[in-house]
Amino acid sequence: MKTSLEWIRALVPGLTASPKEYCDRMTMFGQKVEFYTDFGKDLDRIVIGEIKSMEKHPDADHLVICQVDIGAAEPLQIVTGAPNTAVGMKVPVVLDGGKVAGGHDGSKTEGGIRIKKGKLRGVESNGMMCSIEELGSSREVFPDAPESGLYPLPADAPLGEDCVHYLGLDDVVVDYEITSNRVDCFAVLGIAREAACAFNLPFKPDVVTETGSEGNVADDITVEIENKELCSRYTAREVKDVHIAPSPAWMQKRLRSQGIRPINNIVDITNYVMVEYGQPMHSYDYDKIAGKKIIVRNAANGEKFTTLDGQERTLDDRMLMICDGEKAVGIAGIMGGENSMITDDVKTVLFEAATFDGTNIRLSSKRLGMRTDASGIFEKGLDPNNAILAMNRACQLVEELGAGTVVNGVVDIYENPVKEKHIPFEPDKYNAFLGTDIPADTIKEYFEREELKVEGNEVIIPTFRQDLEEFADLAEEAARFYGYDKIPTTLPNGGAAMGGIAKKERVANLAREVARFSGFSEAETFSFESPKVFDKLRIAADDPCRQTVTISNPLGEDFSIMRTLSINGILTSLATNYGRRNPDARLFEIAKIYLPKAVPVVEQPDEREQFVAAFYGEGDFFTMKGVAEEFLTQAGLKGKITYDGSAGIPYLHPGRQANIIYEGKTLGFLGEVHPLVAASYGIKDRAYFLNIDLPTVVELASFDHKYEGIQNFPASTRDISMTVPEDITAGRIEEVFEKKGGALLESFRLFDIYEGIQVGPHRKSMAYSLTFRAKDRSITDDDVNPVMEKIIASLGELKVELRK
Amino acid sequence: MIKEDLEAIRAKAAEKIAAAEGTDSLNDIRVALLGKKGELTSLLKSMKDVAPEDRPAVGKMVNETREEIEKRLAEAKKTFEEKELEARLSREKIDVTLPAARNRIGHPHPNTLALQEIEKIFTGMGYEVVDGPEVERDYYNFEALNIPANHPAKDEQDTFYINKDILLRTQTSGVQVRQMERGKLPIRIIAPGRVYRADEVDATHSPVFHQVEGMVIDKGIRFSDLKGTLEEFAKQLFGADTRVKFRPHHFPFTEPSAEMDVSCFKCGGKGCRFCKGEGWIEILGCGMMHPKVLRMSGVDPDEYTGFAFGVGLERIALLKYEIDDMRLLYENDTRFLDQF
Repeated sequence: MKTSLEWIRALVPGLTASPKEYCDRMTMFGQKVEFYTDFGKDLDRIVIGEIKSMEKHPDADHLVICQVDIGAAEPLQIVTGAPNTAVGMKVPVVLDGGKVAGGHDGSKTEGGIRIKKGKLRGVESNGMMCSIEELGSSREVFPDAPESGLYPLPADAPLGEDCVHYLGLDDVVVDYEITSNRVDCFAVLGIAREAACAFNLPFKPDVVTETGSEGNVADDITVEIENKELCSRYTAREVKDVHIAPSPAWMQKRLRSQGIRPINNIVDITNYVMVEYGQPMHSYDYDKIAGKKIIVRNAANGEKFTTLDGQERTLDDRMLMICDGEKAVGIAGIMGGENSMITDDVKTVLFEAATFDGTNIRLSSKRLGMRTDASGIFEKGLDPNNAILAMNRACQLVEELGAGTVVNGVVDIYENPVKEKHIPFEPDKYNAFLGTDIPADTIKEYFEREELKVEGNEVIIPTFRQDLEEFADLAEEAARFYGYDKIPTTLPNGGAAMGGIAKKERVANLAREVARFSGFSEAETFSFESPKVFDKLRIAADDPCRQTVTISNPLGEDFSIMRTLSINGILTSLATNYGRRNPDARLFEIAKIYLPKAVPVVEQPDEREQFVAAFYGEGDFFTMKGVAEEFLTQAGLKGKITYDGSAGIPYLHPGRQANIIYEGKTLGFLGEVHPLVAASYGIKDRAYFLNIDLPTVVELASFDHKYEGIQNFPASTRDISMTVPEDITAGRIEEVFEKKGGALLESFRLFDIYEGIQVGPHRKSMAYSLTFRAKDRSITDDDVNPVMEKIIASLGELKVELRK
Repeated sequence: MIKEDLEAIRAKAAEKIAAAEGTDSLNDIRVALLGKKGELTSLLKSMKDVAPEDRPAVGKMVNETREEIEKRLAEAKKTFEEKELEARLSREKIDVTLPAARNRIGHPHPNTLALQEIEKIFTGMGYEVVDGPEVERDYYNFEALNIPANHPAKDEQDTFYINKDILLRTQTSGVQVRQMERGKLPIRIIAPGRVYRADEVDATHSPVFHQVEGMVIDKGIRFSDLKGTLEEFAKQLFGADTRVKFRPHHFPFTEPSAEMDVSCFKCGGKGCRFCKGEGWIEILGCGMMHPKVLRMSGVDPDEYTGFAFGVGLERIALLKYEIDDMRLLYENDTRFLDQF
């Protein structure tokens, strides 16, 4: 919503605030100003002049030398190249030292362009005659301006006077962000009422007088509303002997300030009233209305209708139409029809001011793909009581402008008038709610300033304030009058609440910490991705992870499914780094996956947070395994973590992947990214990936610590060096140690592994160091030897041979 | 006779010690003079030739000589050791400007950094951090927040829908509704999390971003408490000199509603390019819980009042760390992340 400040000042006499002061105050009062435009700020010393004579420039074909009367004793000599220069034309003239806002091509120069007298091809020129663009405006708002050339002023424009003021270009236009609850403020009157309240000044709208001088409209038209839900009120008045002409300069000026292009008196009046009252109106050519009848009904499915912009529209049965005795003449609240539009030879006009259901208008205009000024206002849901005020105002303007003869009376179909609401007046409650101590009388005065009536214990709410429903709404009114800035600052009372972070968050934060201290930086990737990732990741056609939560209105296919796998985002980020030649990259993410319970989705999916890490560059599989184990150990999973090398994950290297298993549960998996997958992301290096399901870890995690003492008795260490068949994993060997080592085996450590010719074919050499310790005494060979024998015997069953 | 010999040994010792080149030669001297087969030891062996009455005096002389030699040896040794240490230390001088052998440590995401600061402030004020589903029911995202079907605000928020009933949440407010429904009062929570709006990606928009919403419900909660709490938050987050400004606004779920600006932390409020000359930067929306919202979730607005606020995490991160393009947050270029 925007308003001209000049218009507001006219409605709020005494408003002397500067544009900046005005905007700041309105913002703090609740009508936030987005910005304001001071159109005149780059215009200076521009007057109205008349071209008295014109002669050719001796040295330039396209230039002429003009003598321009600017109301001074001597005419001004100005050289111009404008194509439409003509003797007798009145034009804007910039005097020597003045400023224009931009070039004649419409480009604007911040701070303006200074015009100085000088010589043009040797001939003295003492100023410049201007186009509308040079005045900082456009043909959009001055449709009578030529496509190029000087802007011709009306013949009665006063010579020598300030042209900027004359054209209304010295105005300031203020742009507000009106919140959706304040429907009344989508009107100049609404804003002016707010301004009057904000500055504690009287509000003086134009008084609407009785209009009509002959006949009775009821004789000429009847109105019938078939769908009363979608049209709560319909008013109609008639204007005879219409004389189409341009509207007066003051009206054009105000319309222009709103960015509305003046057309003719009748159209301008309806637009003016729409802006002033926030009530869209429509004017029909009465002679094209068949059967002296208006019917408001729903369209038929598939009905075709040509709107006044000449476009044929296809309607559906949820759209509301305005019809006459035979045919549709307009789409209610959106746009009139070509068949009833007024033309320059219109004789009788029928004005419509009605109230349509906002939601219906919004949805209809959406389906039609046409949002008009009118529909934009209707969709907010208007006060039906405003319709008649706007109608009468329009008729008053018709009389004032001499645009026609207003017929007596009004046709007004309004079955269920909206009544004023009554809400208890509870100043103490407002104060308790706000933390203030505003006297009840002051609150009463606030309310009355904005036209709420306080009668006894009740506040009577005018119908234009549909937003005020209960005490909290009134508390807000009190607060904004009092000033949000004056409300004290306190902290909530009340018992010490238990602040804190859930275990879940603690585990996630631990993952972050371990990852960071392992050299990984934290990434964030989108939760939705393309369904094409499944093929890219070599996922089988029938894999359940292809069952996704799918967005019905995505930004595009690439953002259409909620991820069921965690790898795509982070691998894409690795690829970004790889593509930018970052020598290595280690990233992690705490990323949710979204697993539908059924497809199509009827329930909310299972959202599972994953600890995801990936890298390329320095490091290998075991680097990643280290990250997993550090994390799990820190999370209190102190038991044995095992790895199952047959995880079967299609996007990982088949020989270099494993499920991570703890107490029989799979916590996640890790591995080298399959070379084909890495290549399809553009990574020509080995990449590694880790995924741990955090909800599973959260269940097992424990942050309890119990000191278990430090072993004081000396340990005994035995090294064991062996050759092992190549298919026996370290895990199998270690299983033997654990099973046979008993209570005395404290720990073991692999310190050498080797495959090569010396070891022989299909075998590898492995060397472990085993540490034995007794809790209650110094351990002896007699303790250790039998255990070692058991271990060696058991290894023998795996075809492990000791090396001597 | 012995006396002269002792003198000779003593002189010899002095001479040899003076000529010694290191602790090794001192050792040789000790062996040659004081050792089992050393000169002084041999001299002692000739004590038997000394008249018994002279023996104590001679013995004393021998011991004195020995002590003196040992003392000199010790002194000489100490000097040598000092020299050797000095030589070693000077030999071992390193170029301290050579690169450090650092552990490789990664960096937090700026969102996490900002979130942890925010969480710290609010948990310090007794707030519990809670979360909820991102794929949400329409009821929890809109209806329970006083945004009924066909409300224009639903359009404004450009919602991603899964189906008519299920959507990607546009705000974390659903978490608050669920908390109220649990019926355990008072409530003091913040709910951080991902939210979604159908905005194309550009320097200031992302279809995926994060919000941190907060809610307090208790008996006697006032608008002034909201102001005080958020002022405290702003001061802790942006510095003690930060000033705040509350402007009236409208949200369907709060009444009265406000937007909070903070004084520009770059220029202190004088106006600069960062705050577009305003001196103020808008950072959050807030308000008193709308009685309708309380009622819908089973809280009696005549008994309990409350406030709520919502802040965009990315907005805070971008402002606080002076990041000029939101896309950087989701690209994960390590050269960007390394700066946090």
